[in-house]
Amino acid sequence: MARITASVYTSHVPAIGAALDLGKTTEPYWQPVFAGYHFSKQWMKDNKPDVIFLVYNDHATAFSLEMIPTFAIGCADEFKPADEGWGPRPVPMVKGHPDLASHIAQSVIQDDFDLTIVNKMDVDHGLTVPLSLMCGQPQEWPCPVIPFAVNVVQYPVPSGRRCYNLGKAIRKAVESYDQPLNVHIWGTGGMSHQLQGPRAGLINREWDNAFLDKLIADPDGLASTPHIDYVREAGSEGIELVMWLIARGAMSDKQPLVRHRFYHVPASNTAVGHLILENQ
Amino acid sequence: MSLEKLYLDVPGTTIFDAEQSRRGYHLNQFCMSLMKAANRERFKADERAYLDEWPMTEEQKRAVLARDLNWCISLGGNIYFLAKIGATDGKSFQQMAGSMTGMTEEEYRNMMINGGRSANGNRYVGEDGDAQAHRQPQGAAGGASAQTEAR
Repeated sequence: MARITASVYTSHVPAIGAALDLGKTTEPYWQPVFAGYHFSKQWMKDNKPDVIFLVYNDHATAFSLEMIPTFAIGCADEFKPADEGWGPRPVPMVKGHPDLASHIAQSVIQDDFDLTIVNKMDVDHGLTVPLSLMCGQPQEWPCPVIPFAVNVVQYPVPSGRRCYNLGKAIRKAVESYDQPLNVHIWGTGGMSHQLQGPRAGLINREWDNAFLDKLIADPDGLASTPHIDYVREAGSEGIELVMWLIARGAMSDKQPLVRHRFYHVPASNTAVGHLILENQ
Repeated sequence: MSLEKLYLDVPGTTIFDAEQSRRGYHLNQFCMSLMKAANRERFKADERAYLDEWPMTEEQKRAVLARDLNWCISLGGNIYFLAKIGATDGKSFQQMAGSMTGMTEEEYRNMMINGGRSANGNRYVGEDGDAQAHRQPQGAAGGASAQTEAR
């Protein structure tokens, strides 16, 4: 049977991808950001998963205003890095795991979460920047990836509670898969940031760190945080943090082992937060 | 029953809800078209002609031509869509976000390096933080957008 052994949480700021792609990682501005992931890259090598279930949001890339799925699971063989307007990032094609993805879709949908099944989509910085942060610049990504896109662009976006419970359903689905796969689940986006209007540039270090504390120790309590609190305290785009609750919900009910924690301001407009939790 | 909007009392912030999405549908779909290199070239060659291919309002087209992102957002634009215009212009998200504050690029960058904008005074309309309406524009770039100030 497959099992989820660890979860990874990280911001997915596009400028981080650009800094990597343009060879700026040692510049004084970027050096502290990438230093926060040195441990993580080694950890990835030492704990290589068979599959990564990667929760992210599409930034008006695969999904325009024509169709806006709340939760979309990528079941394709592969996913192309998208051209978001700057040209595609020079990163490897993302290989999927259609068999496990379809199994999870079946289990989770039968468990009352209405996922949208996606058989063709390009993946944007929301998915590729976390891979770059955790894996560096390889010729190929270390393992197959199941993209799981959450709508946090057009309201209404799903609640933290819904995300947390969906994570639990994903855990159950993975554990009922008949192959002995080691699965990591990643929650990405955040932390505090606002990209629009006169309030652009909002950062809330205190709130972010309290979020990290609660994500580790009291995710059930954290899941009750209403949307408006994210917007007011962490900026309009800080709402992306609800996605971290999907990954956290997929972890065991026992307290996880905190392998790594990192927080830094700024990367472009955004506070960078990062955690690695292992199931005990 | 109309939409319940709990988020209208957050200063300097427009939540992209169903109403905004309807208002900005064609504006945002135009932005999506800029994800193709050939369309970016056509847009750059003659912006007005390219915009005229879209059933956008005249005001939406003027807001795009002015590159006034606050104006675009007030007409239903969403930043993740509007970012395609910035990308076409070779701008970063930081340059785009900063342009909405009235700060120069350097002022905005320095604010971020110094820890970003504080939430204090900026949680509710009517407080005295730097994102509040009575404190605009915030920097030396000033009202880059006459249209924004006029509203």
